[in-house]
Amino acid sequence: MSEFEPVLLANIGKEDSHTLKVYESSGGYQAFRRVLKEMSPADVIELVKASGLRGRGGAGFPCGMKWSFLPKDHPGPIYMCVNADESEPATFNNRILMELDPHQVLEGVLIGCYATRATTAYIYLRYEYPLALKRMQGAIDELYAAGLLGKNILGSEFSLDIYIHRGAAAYICGEETGLIESLEGKRAWPRIKPPFPAVEGVFRKPTVVNNIETLACVTHIAARGADWFKSIGVPADPNNPRDAGSYGPKLYCVSGHVNRPGCYEAPLGITCRHVIEEFGGGVWKGRKGKAAVPGGISMGLLTEAEWDTPLDFNSLAKVGCLGLGTAAVTVMDETVSMVDYLHNCCRFFAHESCGQCTPCREGTSWALRMMERIKAGKGRLKDLDLLLEIGDTIGIIPGTTICGLADGAAWPMKNAIRKFRDEFEDYIKRTNPNGYMETKPVEALEVIGLH
Amino acid sequence: MTTETNVERVLTDEMVDQIKAYIPRYPSKQAVVLPALHIVNEHLRYVPHQAVVEIAELLDLAPAQVQDTLTFYGFFKQDKPHGRTRIWVCRSISCALRGGEAVLDHLCHKLNIKPGETTPDGRITIEAAECLGGCEFAPCMLAGEELVKNLDADSAAAYVDGLK
Repeated sequence: MSEFEPVLLANIGKEDSHTLKVYESSGGYQAFRRVLKEMSPADVIELVKASGLRGRGGAGFPCGMKWSFLPKDHPGPIYMCVNADESEPATFNNRILMELDPHQVLEGVLIGCYATRATTAYIYLRYEYPLALKRMQGAIDELYAAGLLGKNILGSEFSLDIYIHRGAAAYICGEETGLIESLEGKRAWPRIKPPFPAVEGVFRKPTVVNNIETLACVTHIAARGADWFKSIGVPADPNNPRDAGSYGPKLYCVSGHVNRPGCYEAPLGITCRHVIEEFGGGVWKGRKGKAAVPGGISMGLLTEAEWDTPLDFNSLAKVGCLGLGTAAVTVMDETVSMVDYLHNCCRFFAHESCGQCTPCREGTSWALRMMERIKAGKGRLKDLDLLLEIGDTIGIIPGTTICGLADGAAWPMKNAIRKFRDEFEDYIKRTNPNGYMETKPVEALEVIGLH
Repeated sequence: MTTETNVERVLTDEMVDQIKAYIPRYPSKQAVVLPALHIVNEHLRYVPHQAVVEIAELLDLAPAQVQDTLTFYGFFKQDKPHGRTRIWVCRSISCALRGGEAVLDHLCHKLNIKPGETTPDGRITIEAAECLGGCEFAPCMLAGEELVKNLDADSAAAYVDGLK
């Protein structure tokens, strides 16, 4: 651990870290220049494959493999969509990269587009990040002025345009095919796959969709090599053929009830407790911890006893969570009611369900209505079983929806009720002493601010 | 699809030029719908139905195609402009744990409006937002282009008092 040298946050803290001048003064764009001069696109794909880089946006798909799914010898155009729609609650690492070191990201976009032969990149940026918009656009303008974007970059055959496309406050646009539909000017309804975007993506052309932090990692892999990247993190479990390993540095966000909320860089595979104690400065106000969200609310919930779980692509499923997600840890102290936590999660997903698949649209909305009623002291014990039934039946994993939003909605319900069932039952019995055993249908309460 | 001549047009030449400048960026004119909606919204603070018709004309689309996209987002108001400052108060988990809902309630109470509504003088619109990605500064709110950080009910109210 002591030998770990941060790279993703290395420039952050320098004065004017967002400018080309400062970025180049510490070796910026040297990796891209070398790639352009010395490597073929296929070499770059092999390099990224060899590094073991997995996508940082939540799903953890191997990046080099994603690139290699593009059809060979396609006449073009091929597009890159950069997913900067960071909207997972508690996640802000991409915002920090875009605001404070946009060139690190853009160098990764240049290298990625060279590798995939993409000639246009669209950065789909969420509406809520006006400073990131300003900084990213400023950096793109600097690159055009310096001849690092446009036609025949640095006298090579490689040409690239980068455009920013601004979202309109919809979480679903972070799902890669929802993003593509939104970019095309339509409602952001995710597509049924296959075809995957690599074969038929935006404007019906082969498309690569990569997250901001993933592309920042590509910059450092090109600069330092695959062996360097693979020397960091957790190797693949030899007994698990489906584990592709958890290599490289990762940005961890920590927020909620800690002393020092913020974004910190460490190897993949440090424990949730390490993030909370060493980076977050421990639980605030001298209180005890109760639970934590390991990687955005979609990933479910860790009890305090589970905080020693490593934050990597393989470990979180062992404690019943959905996965690593965005590695954004949110801490809840001993005073937090799990009823409030689950109500907050259900409200988010009911608001953000795109409405395309019935199980998700109705499931998230009725889950919120039940949580409203429980919170208001009209809950029944039966509601907990109904919530679990929704949780167990909506999503890609049970096979009832097109995209994973519903899995993200399901996991907080499943984890909270199964890991804290006594607390939910106590709350319902205490607040509804005469009606908690009721099983007859009841009217839903009016929900304010559902949509 | 043409508009009747007696209908007053709402897109200015400036807006039309800004929208047209986006067309070469994409192989399809439909991809300009979202940028066009943003452009109109920045100028008018809403996107009335007549603007939808005019955007559709510019992009060779049916008005229904533009309207379909617009309504999906819940971001663009159509009945009347939002306030001079539109404030998005975060209510997602990291802010809620540190008092974000109290900030939202306090501002609504103080301004006597509900989330989504505008003060009668047209000064402020309050919106309940999902995660703004400012969690290390929780609770926070986005006021126009400014992320206002580390709030409590009093500091949020004081900030709002300072808005024109």
